[in-house]
Amino acid sequence: MGRIVLEKVKKSFSEVTVIPPLDLEIEDGEFVVFVGPSGCGKSTLLRLIAGLEDVTDGTIRIDGNDATSIPPAKRGLAMVFQSYALYPHMSVRKNIAFPLKMAKMDQAEINRRVENAASVLNLTDYLDRRPGQLSGGQRQRVAIGRAIVREPAAFLFDEPLSNLDAALRVGMRMEISELHKKLDTTMIYVTHDQVEAMTMADKIVVLRAGNIEQVGSPLELYREPRNLFVAGFIGSPKMNLIEGAEAAKHGAHTIGIRPEHIDVVEAAGEGVWSGVVGVSEHLGSDTFFHIHETGLAETITVRADGEVSLKHGDTIHLKPRADVIHRFDAEGLRQS
Amino acid sequence: MARAVTKQRKTLNTLVAWAVGLLIFFPILWTILTSFKTEAQAINDPPLFLFFDWTLENYGVVQERSDYMRFLWNSIILAGGSTLLGILVAVPAAWSMAFVPSKRTKDILLWMLSTKMLPAVGVLYPIYLLFIELGLLDSRVGLTIVLMLINLPIIVWMLYTYFREIPGEILEAARMDGASLREEILYVLTPMAIPGIASTILLNFILAWNEAFWTLNLTAAKAAPLTAFIASYSSPEGLFYAKLSAASTMAIAPILILGWFSQKQLVRGLTFGAVK
Repeated sequence: MGRIVLEKVKKSFSEVTVIPPLDLEIEDGEFVVFVGPSGCGKSTLLRLIAGLEDVTDGTIRIDGNDATSIPPAKRGLAMVFQSYALYPHMSVRKNIAFPLKMAKMDQAEINRRVENAASVLNLTDYLDRRPGQLSGGQRQRVAIGRAIVREPAAFLFDEPLSNLDAALRVGMRMEISELHKKLDTTMIYVTHDQVEAMTMADKIVVLRAGNIEQVGSPLELYREPRNLFVAGFIGSPKMNLIEGAEAAKHGAHTIGIRPEHIDVVEAAGEGVWSGVVGVSEHLGSDTFFHIHETGLAETITVRADGEVSLKHGDTIHLKPRADVIHRFDAEGLRQS
Repeated sequence: MARAVTKQRKTLNTLVAWAVGLLIFFPILWTILTSFKTEAQAINDPPLFLFFDWTLENYGVVQERSDYMRFLWNSIILAGGSTLLGILVAVPAAWSMAFVPSKRTKDILLWMLSTKMLPAVGVLYPIYLLFIELGLLDSRVGLTIVLMLINLPIIVWMLYTYFREIPGEILEAARMDGASLREEILYVLTPMAIPGIASTILLNFILAWNEAFWTLNLTAAKAAPLTAFIASYSSPEGLFYAKLSAASTMAIAPILILGWFSQKQLVRGLTFGAVK
């Protein structure tokens, strides 16, 4: 079980409020991602749930019980840190066994669980090594191993992949998702990388300055961002946000159109933006063009097929798809 | 970019380093040499360097006149006891200052250090009276506590510096893993800080061993360590340089040997964290 409910949780560091009163419900077995730019309070929120920070006000409930003033060890949660935080003086085996040893578990049971976790995480051959002798990915797996042996009510991940190189990160992302499917335990995952959030989450919580901007499934956030911040944060490359006359045409203060929702067309015409190609980013499958001089104040990013060959300075004609234009009012809120 | 060092420059550096080293070591060397001379040779003018009749006579006389082993034993107990006691008090203190600092932590650290700037003689009288009152005069227990207290600021400072190098996340991980405060310090912090703790122990052992002010003033016979042993050869006897040197050599030999064998550890510990 791992249902976590935050009720009016507030956190201040002396005079500065980092988390204004906030409510959030995390269902049992859910994979929830807290995402937001650095300094948005996502790690603080996770640490409040972990018990590593004390809440200034409000209540944290874990499976219905008030856990607000319960010490971290007694909350039944396991945490994986950004730096892995392995015990450098202990072997991998002892690292993974540490929480069980602290729980005064029977040695035979400890051995069984450690062997089991090691085989799940492909660490069996490394059990007698020290963390210093492992690669980044292996260390990360040891940290996860140390978390899973306890069979916690929920896992807390604090930017666990940000110290890994890009290729490894994609692999570990899959492994963690796989693990979630297998264990079916609540996971709360903090990241500033919206791609991680989109690919892994059942539910994404977008945070800014301690406030929850929006909660929803990845596709909900993608399709119906509640405000300009979420619109700009979710999706890669960023959504094009256009103000002024063009927005007024749609009865909005700002309109948003994603780069993948703009078609490259042959000729100028009604509702077509013509401009000049600036920087092109070739990813192979896709190419992103940055277009200037469209008559709009903003540079427009557009996704085209990888085969489209346009050079710097070429003229290009763009037609946004009318049905996927997002409209926002002067406060930046979505207009339905 | 590495600076280019010419061969001549390197040789010069080496010579200067040796010269400074010898200059610092010379008084100790002279003491050791003198301990092997006769009293007449010891005050010979011009001084005799290596070419004299080497003799062990002084050592024999010193050993005959006073019980070296008793002083040695007292030194070991006082230095060892005060260091261990200090570590036991300082580890939790340094832990709290390194990992749960408050607004006042820096002030407390400086305040602790400032007690080392006070001339010891300034508090001799009150402490002497306290010792009389508590019946601690010339007792190992009393002196162990005093030596622990005077070196405590240094122990706390050193440990604090080492602990600061340990990432807080590892201790938080231990907390998440269900470790109590005691278990966190015992199983995670201490083993990680072993090199630092070892150098702290070594340095404090040496400081306590060499401490003379309190050991001379608060002891008479029973608890007197090697510092008192040396002192007993200085004043009342008149100028017996050779015997005084023999006593000094016997007193510093153990700590010199300890220092020699642990110098790597000591240097590593003292420069810990200076270079990443």
